[in-house]
Amino acid sequence: MTEPNAAIRASELTKRFPGVLAVDRLSFDVSPGEIFGLVGPDGAGKTTTLRMLAGVLAPDSGSALVAGIDIIRSPEGARHAISYMPQRFGLYDDLTVYENIRFYGDIFGIRPVQREQRAQRLLAAAGLGEFRARLAGKLSGGMKQKLGLVCALIHTPKVILLDEPTNGVDPVSRREFWAILYSLLAEGVAILTSTAYLDEAERCHRVALLHQGRLLFCDTPAALKQNLPGAVISIVSADPRQVRETLEKAEGISSLVLVGSGVHLVVDDAARRIPELRARLEGSGASFEVIEQITPTIEDLFVAAVQGGIAGKQP
Amino acid sequence: MTNGDPSVVVRDLVKRFGDFVAVDHISLEAQRGEIFGFLGPNGAGKSTTIRMLCGLLHPTSGHATVAGIDVAREPEKVRQQIGYMSQKFSLYNDLRVIENLRFFGGMYKVSSSALPERIRWALDMAGLTDRESAITGTLATGWKQRLALGCAVLHRPPILFLDEPTSGVDPISRRQFWELIHRMAGEGVTVFVTTHYMDEAEYCNRLVLIYRGQIVASGSPTELKQRAMKGELLLVECEPLGPALETLKSAPGVMDAAVFGDALHLVVPEASEAVHTLNSYLSERGIRVKKIETIRPSLEDVFVSLTTTHAQSAPDRRPQ
Repeated sequence: MTEPNAAIRASELTKRFPGVLAVDRLSFDVSPGEIFGLVGPDGAGKTTTLRMLAGVLAPDSGSALVAGIDIIRSPEGARHAISYMPQRFGLYDDLTVYENIRFYGDIFGIRPVQREQRAQRLLAAAGLGEFRARLAGKLSGGMKQKLGLVCALIHTPKVILLDEPTNGVDPVSRREFWAILYSLLAEGVAILTSTAYLDEAERCHRVALLHQGRLLFCDTPAALKQNLPGAVISIVSADPRQVRETLEKAEGISSLVLVGSGVHLVVDDAARRIPELRARLEGSGASFEVIEQITPTIEDLFVAAVQGGIAGKQP
Repeated sequence: MTNGDPSVVVRDLVKRFGDFVAVDHISLEAQRGEIFGFLGPNGAGKSTTIRMLCGLLHPTSGHATVAGIDVAREPEKVRQQIGYMSQKFSLYNDLRVIENLRFFGGMYKVSSSALPERIRWALDMAGLTDRESAITGTLATGWKQRLALGCAVLHRPPILFLDEPTSGVDPISRRQFWELIHRMAGEGVTVFVTTHYMDEAEYCNRLVLIYRGQIVASGSPTELKQRAMKGELLLVECEPLGPALETLKSAPGVMDAAVFGDALHLVVPEASEAVHTLNSYLSERGIRVKKIETIRPSLEDVFVSLTTTHAQSAPDRRPQ
């Protein structure tokens, strides 16, 4: 946690808006070469945190170092080292793809030769190489997000702050978007990105799971899943409702969710409960195809944390 | 769960806008009580199809019935049979909860004798019984979402259309929402979900993947994960990751390679064979393999695999 050369260090960041504690004593570090995810639902405090780290919103208390600079005292001092892509990135719809890039290159004072080299590489990675002359307003949602990223990265920042960059982007474009992020790590940048999609957490090196302004957990995705008390079991069935009725009163189940192909349960002990559940299903004649333990998701952990009080709740 | 009584029937449905074929001979059936997921990237033709099914857009050719009503011949009648809810819940934030319900009751022409009972039902379903005079805008997202659902089904439609209904909602509210949807389906409502979020797709009984106006795969989430993907998936943990990715992209037999956190995901034709060849392939190139194992594809893997395969095999007839 206390990496001496952290590219981002947030310490006890707190921000209150009328009637809501948006960010509550949030602390974490991000190292160079790391993709760190702020993960949580709408209203968890992700955007507020990113705004404070980008130096566009002052916290009520706490401190933050970004690229070694106190972002609260001297927000201007770190600007050249930061690339911040807010949810609505300012693309000009009536300019072409390349004109947008040139515009942002000029703002950051990038020399044309460098700009051209970098633009070429980023556009190719984004799958936008053949669309240089297209008006930005004529791009699809996913392409616009990727162009926003290209523009935000046209200078060579040390820290990249991205606010829900893949919101509304389909899975294929999402993958390309992540491929660009991974390719930047070789330059030693630190990337802090937020997402409301818990499955996207799996793509980060480490994540901070946020709920109502508070940090629930902060760790690697693999380690996070080990925090889940118990195990997740999947039962594949053509009649999930019947399976649920049969198992509703079975022992050792802490959660039972209907999904399209069956039922997901969280149980205290998989080795013990699977045979019990199987016997119960067979005894009742409920139809099912498979019962097995599956890898928990970040969502399973999130739900367990908020419902089971693994982490503290807010009033 | 279903009683074999199709409530949405689509045959060879086509919609052209000029030269552009937005929907290209789509056929499908959704059964009564089924939660039917309609997946596809942006611009695949999902919304155009839904608009035709809601009677808002006239098909170029083909045929579609919703609750037995022909959508091209009797679009107004179709609209009485459906409820619609989108991610941007169309609630009035400055109205009270009860005022929103009355407004939608009026819009859907719920009779004044039936309305009080339906409003009570909706409040109960949304968990808002004691908060009916709260200003809608002050509610937490989960409650707003359930209120929007209540408004959409006040007139007891047999078919419910949901457009990315739970995107961005916290996981607990989302699970509560899908619980309600599964309950409605249990009572015989056909639920038609459009989304490109795979975690929403997991809640559907059956999925249809649409790409460039055509159906490219269909089945239950489990079936799609087991069968629809071309090839098998490997997880590779190795060092250094960047050079490994570069070399694997052009390695023999690797169909796709992508970074996933600290590991790579590879698509290969046959996993057990590839494990051997890749191990030596990587070590010959100075890459240290820490772990290489078969993993199950997620719905997202299937989705990406199918759409990219089709992108390579079929020319895009649609303007960019």
